[in-house]
Amino acid sequence: MTPAVECRDLAVGYDGHAVVGGIDLSLAPGRWLAVIGTNGSGKSTLLRTIAGLIPPVAGTLQVQGRDPGARGVGVSYLSQSHEQGFLLPIRARDVVRMGRWPARGLTGRLRADDDSLVDDAMDAMGIRELADMPLGTLSGGQCQRVHLAQAVCRDAGLLLLDEPTAGLDAASRERYLSLMDAQRARGAAIVTATHDVREARRADLVLIVAERVVACGPPDEALTPASLADAFGVVIEDGGATVIDPHHGHEHHHGPGAPHVHGHAPGHDHGPGGHDHPHGH
Amino acid sequence: MDILWDPFVQSAFMQRALVAAILVAIATGVVGTLMVLRGMAFLGDALAHGVLPGIAVALIIGLPSVLGALAGAAAMMGGVAVVTRRTRLSSDVAIGLLFVGMLSLGVVIISRSSDFAGSLTDILFGEVLGVSWTAIAWQAGVAVLVVGLAWLLRRPFLLMAMDPDQARVAGYRVGLLEAVMLGMIALTVVASFVVVGALLVFGMLLAPAGAAALLTRRLGTMMALAAAIGMLSAYIGLLLSWYLDLAAGATVVLTAVAIFFVVAVLQSLVPARRPHPEHA
Repeated sequence: MTPAVECRDLAVGYDGHAVVGGIDLSLAPGRWLAVIGTNGSGKSTLLRTIAGLIPPVAGTLQVQGRDPGARGVGVSYLSQSHEQGFLLPIRARDVVRMGRWPARGLTGRLRADDDSLVDDAMDAMGIRELADMPLGTLSGGQCQRVHLAQAVCRDAGLLLLDEPTAGLDAASRERYLSLMDAQRARGAAIVTATHDVREARRADLVLIVAERVVACGPPDEALTPASLADAFGVVIEDGGATVIDPHHGHEHHHGPGAPHVHGHAPGHDHGPGGHDHPHGH
Repeated sequence: MDILWDPFVQSAFMQRALVAAILVAIATGVVGTLMVLRGMAFLGDALAHGVLPGIAVALIIGLPSVLGALAGAAAMMGGVAVVTRRTRLSSDVAIGLLFVGMLSLGVVIISRSSDFAGSLTDILFGEVLGVSWTAIAWQAGVAVLVVGLAWLLRRPFLLMAMDPDQARVAGYRVGLLEAVMLGMIALTVVASFVVVGALLVFGMLLAPAGAAALLTRRLGTMMALAAAIGMLSAYIGLLLSWYLDLAAGATVVLTAVAIFFVVAVLQSLVPARRPHPEHA
């Protein structure tokens, strides 16, 4: 089976300068890769590279067996920021329906099965009651749900979602996680960029980046306290946050309750090539 | 009621002026909508002024002014593309530089010739009452072309206006589509300056589309409304210019701008739309 995403020693960045490099992974259809890291760690850059919006700096990258951005590659992309204050007071339902346009060409009318996909996506994200609302009158979280529904109703083989849970309330997050399960069940591969460790634990494969690859593997193997501390410098535990000084291993406890301190030895390196890169099967 | 029709029944040049202004309203309504949605108003303004040196050179060497305007528009867009790609400057800086550069060049060329005294006013403010059937035929061709392209490419154009990255990932060739959109703007400006002038065509691009944006939520309706508002402006403007002996092109544009403000004020008086539940 052709992997949805396959890369070898991939470096991504801008103008020839790598933001993060040494990425090796293979993501099969129906599997979910969560890319996790701090701001500026290269998560969005990786998603934009897979989407074909920017070229790789080094290494090889294939998307559904083709070059990224090649015509005929079925990719749906949710960017980090959306046009919420768009000049036209376009309705939420019309925004979702735009997800079906690529399937119908420049002028083809949307068919009944297109409307079914639109309805299903809107139901899944709980936005049916917002269908006739102009996009500009929606809250940030509602707007995010509309764009998520649009991304899903594209019915693409690969979903690239950049911080999909940003602004979502608890109920909407649950809806989103159920939606991701449904997408995997229909055979779609998913790549999400996220700060949310709980969300990443639901994925099949986790890639932790911090301007380098910190860890890559199944959630249980990748999301260890040591790798999280390496990437974030902070490990959040129930009842408080423990800050790890990345240079000295000092611990500063914040918040109530007994601290659960997870540090890492200074100089500990999970860098490129120093980790497993399971092939997401 | 004859007062509303007499000028167009009695006078052949007023008939031609009305037909020409209606065609300009159609093209500028459609293209102006794309410009407004895409946030390209400044480029449209710069393009409208940037055609000046091309027109001046064409008149000096005896070519049709439309050809000179096309060359000026092409030079303007090429210059913007080169500055944007070869430097780290943003496109608005490039547009601004080309805008004042081309305008200055036009004034310098005109100042070197004593034959321009009459033509300069026509170039800047139009000569709608002297428009020929040849010019009208050219405007009709441009109107048909831009309406056809806007209908054909309405989906990628709207997606590009909302999120160019989404449009690119969806498989649309955004670079090519942007070039087509710029070409539509340039053609419309060139076809319209004969009627309303290089200085005033910007008003026809912006005012009807701006008013239409306040009244609708659909792209096609916005284009149709903008064209209708432009046509209404053309009719009222020509009528006013006939009876009050006003400059025709400027009166048409002034009417369009006035309609925009009337719509904006009326819309501000209408109760706001129902807030979403989280804001209620």
